[in-house]
Amino acid sequence: MSPLVAGLLQTGILLTALAVVYRPLGDYMARVFTAKGHLKAERAIYRFARINPDAEQKWSTYAYGVLGFSFVGIVFLYVVQRVQSLLPFGFDRGDIGPGMAFNTAISFVANTNWQSYVPEAVMGHAVQMIGLTVQNFVSAAVGLAVAIALVRGFVRHQTDRLGNFWVDLVRGTLRILLPIAFIGAIVLIAFGVTMSLKSGVDVDGQVVANAPVASQEVIKELGTNGGGVLNANSAHPFENPGEWTNLIEIFLILVIPVALTRTFGRLAGDRKQGYVLLSVMGVIWTAMLAVIWAAEANGIRPLEGKELRFGIPGSALFANATTGTSTGAVNSLHDSYTGLGGGAALLNMLFGEMTPGGVGTGLYSILVMAIIAMFLAGLMVGRTPEYLGKKLGRKEVTAAAVSILAMPTVLLIGAGIAAVLPSTQGALNNPGEHGLSEILYAYASASNNNGSAFGGITVTNDWFQSSLGLCMLFGRFVPIVAVLALAGSLAAQKKVPVTAGTLPTTGPLFATLLTGSIVLVAALTFVPALALGPIAEALL
Amino acid sequence: MTTKPGLAAALPEALKKLDPRHQLRSPVMFVVWAGSLLVTVFAVTDPSVFTIAVAAWLWFTVLFANLAEAVAEGRGKAQADSLRRTKKDAVARLVDGDVVAGTELKIGDLVVVEAGEVVPGDGDVVEGIATVDESAITGESAPVIRESGGDRCAVTGGTTVLSDRIVVRITTKPGESFVDRMIALVEGAERQKTPNEIALTILLSTLTIIFLLAVVALQPFAIYSGGEQSVVVLTALLVCLIPTTIGALLSAIGIAGMDRLVQRNVLATSGKAVEAAGDIDTLLLDKTGTITWGNRRATEFIPVGPTSDETLVAAARLASLADDTPEGRSILELAGGEPASEHEKTGEFVPFTAQTRMSGIDLGERSIRKGAASAFELTDTAREIVDEISAQGGTPLVVAENDHSGNGKVLGIIRLSDVVKPGMRERFAELRAMGIRTVMVTGDNPLTAKAIAEEAGVDDFLAEAKPEDKMALIRKEQEGGRLVAMTGDGTNDAPALAQADVGVAMNTGTSAAKEAGNMVDLDSDPTKLIEIVEIGKQLLITRGALTTFSVANDLAKYFAILPAMFAAIYPALDRLNIMHLATPQSAILSAVIFNALVIVALIPLALKGVRYRPSSASALLRRNLLIYGLGGVVTPFAGIWLIDLLVRLIPGIG
Repeated sequence: MSPLVAGLLQTGILLTALAVVYRPLGDYMARVFTAKGHLKAERAIYRFARINPDAEQKWSTYAYGVLGFSFVGIVFLYVVQRVQSLLPFGFDRGDIGPGMAFNTAISFVANTNWQSYVPEAVMGHAVQMIGLTVQNFVSAAVGLAVAIALVRGFVRHQTDRLGNFWVDLVRGTLRILLPIAFIGAIVLIAFGVTMSLKSGVDVDGQVVANAPVASQEVIKELGTNGGGVLNANSAHPFENPGEWTNLIEIFLILVIPVALTRTFGRLAGDRKQGYVLLSVMGVIWTAMLAVIWAAEANGIRPLEGKELRFGIPGSALFANATTGTSTGAVNSLHDSYTGLGGGAALLNMLFGEMTPGGVGTGLYSILVMAIIAMFLAGLMVGRTPEYLGKKLGRKEVTAAAVSILAMPTVLLIGAGIAAVLPSTQGALNNPGEHGLSEILYAYASASNNNGSAFGGITVTNDWFQSSLGLCMLFGRFVPIVAVLALAGSLAAQKKVPVTAGTLPTTGPLFATLLTGSIVLVAALTFVPALALGPIAEALL
Repeated sequence: MTTKPGLAAALPEALKKLDPRHQLRSPVMFVVWAGSLLVTVFAVTDPSVFTIAVAAWLWFTVLFANLAEAVAEGRGKAQADSLRRTKKDAVARLVDGDVVAGTELKIGDLVVVEAGEVVPGDGDVVEGIATVDESAITGESAPVIRESGGDRCAVTGGTTVLSDRIVVRITTKPGESFVDRMIALVEGAERQKTPNEIALTILLSTLTIIFLLAVVALQPFAIYSGGEQSVVVLTALLVCLIPTTIGALLSAIGIAGMDRLVQRNVLATSGKAVEAAGDIDTLLLDKTGTITWGNRRATEFIPVGPTSDETLVAAARLASLADDTPEGRSILELAGGEPASEHEKTGEFVPFTAQTRMSGIDLGERSIRKGAASAFELTDTAREIVDEISAQGGTPLVVAENDHSGNGKVLGIIRLSDVVKPGMRERFAELRAMGIRTVMVTGDNPLTAKAIAEEAGVDDFLAEAKPEDKMALIRKEQEGGRLVAMTGDGTNDAPALAQADVGVAMNTGTSAAKEAGNMVDLDSDPTKLIEIVEIGKQLLITRGALTTFSVANDLAKYFAILPAMFAAIYPALDRLNIMHLATPQSAILSAVIFNALVIVALIPLALKGVRYRPSSASALLRRNLLIYGLGGVVTPFAGIWLIDLLVRLIPGIG
């Protein structure tokens, strides 16, 4: 079978699998967040945490919940790393230093999973299991909760209540992430992913590091986290042994962000509203896949930095899925990609992670972009702009603008300073335009909470640890607060009835408009910087 | 081109607006202003042809923006000046005999105005009846009748009483009168940003921040790459990227939108109301006078007694020959429309007066009159016909003739009845395409109402409507989230006018109605509402279209400036120079010049507004995206290329 046919077949299988689960999973998630009753386990949690699950919250209370929960998560993760030597399964790997612990704590709570460390040399199983993996679940559930709160903002009217953060968090974790992760882990084990509490395994007299991989591998992909238990991430045979696990992992990366468009359509009372978002995500995702695939297939050294068992299509698919969502797991070295291929992976992140984006974050990011697009479009049809029956006025535009501004702001400031720091020259493997691509990629990855590493850059000095940490922090929580404020002001509004004068948001015209807006905003913001990195590289 | 003289006249005003305090009102233009200052510093300390040229054109950019605003304001000022001339220093005679200056009147003062005198302030007629010349305000030369009680009691300060004597109760303070408000409005003195304008300004500021970041961050990347850029070049790039086109024209668009309304003789109390007009979902239209001519069209001649058809028609025609009212004209039309002969022209026209309630002609010994039924003594037969016409919802007009001996004789009755105005059906279809539902409001019984509603093609009707029904209907529509517009003139319309999102009061209406609405139509033409909606929409579309155009322009500017900046360090980037601009300096300067000139080029569009044709939202968006989106991408490629052909000839640039 030629690589092209094999690649198309893999893509076909992946898309078919996504199509099969799209409706049931999307509908199921819609039911999860609208169901009245609570599970027994949930009641126990609410009782223990003294939460009244039937009390709904204002947007500000909801936001305090998100911030408070995340802050506690960061503190807990930081402390656990700093006292690793007191914990079991540490294998004498010692306490983690403050810079790395700070960076890692933010990284996992912000659903970024940027890793400035070599896991098998630094992190013991205890920190992995009670610290990092827990955040892999709950940080994804936080994203999910915020997205649902925004959808409620559109759906509800004349209320200041957006639901209960704790209930959404618990339901997202217990009813969505845990069951799928449980089944997924067993499937991965069946396909050869390892699961062990030992620190290593003897292979022909050589000790190869090992860990409880499968249980973390599955949520690493499903929660669009991306932080591997082994340094080689999904390129490691223990994490990703073959073509099938590769496909399953790509499927897990995409499944929730994709199905959430269905959930959105269901909750909005018009499934077409979800399909149109899916189509926009799909068009951009497919186009970027084609670019990466073609660029890599025609590269000078096409297989450099790629696993032979995945080949070019398997690597391109994974790279496109991991950067198009906020996952950041890798099965190949993006640093070795061509100027165009690597640039496309970078651009995927610069779109703002909405094709299809991370768990929850993808949906709320594309909805924010839709608001900006509909504001301009609304003016052009001569009415006060509206979207999904809600008027887009001063408050809504401000919140959407803040949400969109956060990422480019921290990215450009961080990368700009890094580019001229003398210490940076020593951290880069490559000079010139490729070196700039490495810097840009690192800050894009952190600011978009992607977490994938281009590689080729050593990020362990204090500047990188702290600046990338802050990029992750602001890149995650500024948009979240803005999105919740947006949800609050939307929910407070009356519903505008649909008339013949309403601009329809389900057809190809809207899809084109939204696609154009996503591409244009990213292009206008980043073309100058990209010109000196990937564009210069690609034009050589 | 009417803008040329306007531009020159506006120049001094535009220069005054270079004041930074003024620039701060538009974040986008403030950035350009600050950039111009920065580049000027470099042009002075380290002069070169390029730096000086860039500095000059950056200042032109600011100046052109000021010019756009000044031109728009200038138009308003011209109107304000002509209004001010109408504000004569009237002297007010109080009922108790005191004489005070018009500027010292208080609310509630009772003043006497007689023929030839100017009404000293806005108020209601509380005693008497008079003909009033309102041409100073409305531009309409025909005098109007103002009488105490009823819906025609309001008089406006500055108008002139032509006949009779009235007592007016003053209803507004001096300085807050109708004319004062109108002057303030057209001068833009009280102009506040409208909600959509504020939201758009936030979006434009966001774009400016993004580009500021992108350009500021570019310097360290350039330093890293070994191609540090000059502040002049970076500033030029920044100004080209931020949405200067819309930033420069935004306030002009707003002022011009208000101006268009004033040109159509409509006064809005706020820009917010104009914007709301574009959002209207439901239009409440009074049947009479709006959808139909009212009972004002002659549809039948009914002879009484021995009179023949021909005699009645001839008499009716004669009586209406010099009658310029719509009724008179419609009688002439129905009678065949033959113009007056030389002999007939010698006749003496007797105009309608409020007392006689009839008009006619004295021709030789004949004396023919037509008028309201109550002004004549009628026979039983005639009375029956009159009553029947009235019962059918029409208006009877009696025609009578006095012979030489002075014996009056009723010849017959003219039936005036409701006729739907031509073109209404098409207008309602247009409104429907725009997504606006029309509801006809009438006092008629449901059967009559239904027939007319069908004929006119309105979407719905409210029959046997009382003022409170109208109010209930507005509330119901608004509860569903719809925005409602209506017109009204009577005092009993006032609550509904206040409740409606857009309430247009007729100038002929009462002070209460004018106070309650947020717009006043000086022509008292209820169909004006449709035009108001279109102006509101056009205002928003112009803003949206120019924003899209402005942002779409950036693509070409990247292609011009980025290769110019970096081809020296990465020769491969020269492949992006698809316009083949001569040198880096000529490329950057051409982009800056284009950016400035496009503002001037678009001033006429900003003032006139983007062409608006009623159609569905999708069709509108598709059209505007094509013209202003795609057009915005293509135009600068051609423009910058052309400018470069000239700029490259300058020594030190090319």
